[in-house]
Amino acid sequence: MRVTPEAGIGVVLLVAAVAAFFLFPGYLALLSTIFILAIFALSYDLLQGHAGVVSLGHAVFFGIGAYASALLGRHGIAEPIVCLLLSTLASALVAGVLTRIVVVGNDLTRLLVTLGVGFLFFEAANQANWLTGGADGMPDFEVAPILGLFPFDFLGRTAYFYTLAVLVLVYAAMLRITRSAFGLALRGIRENTMRMHAIGAPVSRHLALAYIMAGACAGAAGALLAQTSRFVSLDMLGFERSADVVVITALGGTGSIPGVVLAAAVFGYLKDALSSFSPKYWQLGIGLVLMASVFVLRQGLAGLFNVFRTGDRE
Amino acid sequence: MAGLLTVVFDGVAYGMLLFLFSVGLSVTLGLMRFINLAHGAFGMVGGYVAVTLLNGFGVPFLLILPIAFILTGLFGAAAEKAMIRHVYRMPELQQVLFSIGFAFAAGAVANILFGPQQQPMILPSWLTVQVSVLGLDVTAYRLFLIGSGLLVGLLVIGLFNYTLYGAKVRAAVDLRRTAEGIGINVDRLFLVTFSLGAAFAGLGGALAVGFLGLDPTFPLKYLVIVLMVVAIGGPGSIVGSFLAALGLGVTDALFKYLVPEVGGFVIYALLVIMMVFFPKGIMERSA
Repeated sequence: MRVTPEAGIGVVLLVAAVAAFFLFPGYLALLSTIFILAIFALSYDLLQGHAGVVSLGHAVFFGIGAYASALLGRHGIAEPIVCLLLSTLASALVAGVLTRIVVVGNDLTRLLVTLGVGFLFFEAANQANWLTGGADGMPDFEVAPILGLFPFDFLGRTAYFYTLAVLVLVYAAMLRITRSAFGLALRGIRENTMRMHAIGAPVSRHLALAYIMAGACAGAAGALLAQTSRFVSLDMLGFERSADVVVITALGGTGSIPGVVLAAAVFGYLKDALSSFSPKYWQLGIGLVLMASVFVLRQGLAGLFNVFRTGDRE
Repeated sequence: MAGLLTVVFDGVAYGMLLFLFSVGLSVTLGLMRFINLAHGAFGMVGGYVAVTLLNGFGVPFLLILPIAFILTGLFGAAAEKAMIRHVYRMPELQQVLFSIGFAFAAGAVANILFGPQQQPMILPSWLTVQVSVLGLDVTAYRLFLIGSGLLVGLLVIGLFNYTLYGAKVRAAVDLRRTAEGIGINVDRLFLVTFSLGAAFAGLGGALAVGFLGLDPTFPLKYLVIVLMVVAIGGPGSIVGSFLAALGLGVTDALFKYLVPEVGGFVIYALLVIMMVFFPKGIMERSA
């Protein structure tokens, strides 16, 4: 495979991440949270950035991955990688069931349906106290050492490398997917659905596949968060989490893979720093940034990468 | 039985408020295809105006309602002039981003100014008395809500169906380009309609404080149900919004009363089902 600019920037980001491990050893927990956020944002970017499907309920899959992982841990399947794969599968299955209702309709109904599905799952998890612990969350599940070799430590070293490894895999997978014929078809659907229909492309099938992939990937992110924080709560499938990725994807530059990862890092850091300082100012800040971004930052952070670009997109 | 009727009564009052919250959104969405996820913020503005005037300055309740209506309308006009008119030509993703940002910022500003707690509302004594209607004891406040909802509903339906302004709006909703072609200034029409919509939401917010409560999460809390009213009623349709608001209010209240275990998500399930089977709403167009 030809070395693309995205892959090059990916290596730079990876070096930065590893450097952060040595420079900020006290912030490893935050760093793994940021990696998880980046995985989640990448999953949504496939859907919105590449296929042009706006969703306000993407956290559903994040939450399903998290709850699946916690439930597996509670019932004796505690090996993290097995757990991660099974949770990813669970999210993919749910996405497969839901895709029928997401693919139909125009943009407005799609927004409403994803919003409705999001709140539906939230309420369901809230009511199913016996399964999910309801509003109290689920602290009581087991997470075994990875492959039986690397237990999660207090400093978060294992969690750091584990989440970083998954992020690298997801990043590479996203590059591969978006460079493939399927990725091109998704971009075609985003740019002009009617013409894609006209040339005989199976639009619904492509969208369904993209939705399932995005759901699976979001589920993996949720499972990672459940495993590394050893806690699952309702906010993992709440509306605010769905809104987070919409924001990150927009700030990162819709469709730009490195831009989204960078935006996730900035967002994750600022959220951590500002919300411990004052949650209401964080909310005000993010609101104002969003409103301004529509006017001044249409390309997002990806605009910064344009200097490195070969100019084969847009 | 009496309990059930009381619940239905509450549901109707709730439905009236939902109608006030959503009527402006319905028309602006039908008019400009502007997906405004921040419409709830106008309801919140009306609510805070009412609370400040009532608790802080002791302004009589009946005088507060028109003040909340006018102030929120002016706020809406300012927001439209300053920002929103530049957004509605953008792709829908940008609209979603902008309006989510607006909703977040509005909630945060309310939080900073008034604090995160529920705002108390001291209702005047004539609204707290129990009244007997058809052998049913309800508070005068509920009756007042329903009465004002009906009155405003009739006014709005009249405004859109029997005035020149309404005819222009209906024409622009139907076919914007043709409407512009015969000399209707759709941009100005939109400004007026947007401000009116904000004003109605503000009136609803002022009326709702004693019934639904008021805190900085208001714009996001009622986001979904307001969008549901619009989507189910059909964007641009006043009568559709009215019926949808009433139906949703009563359904929500009934299910929360009859089956509290699942009551919370019946309306969301309803939304998904409605959107899958009737993606254009119950009244496709009859503004």
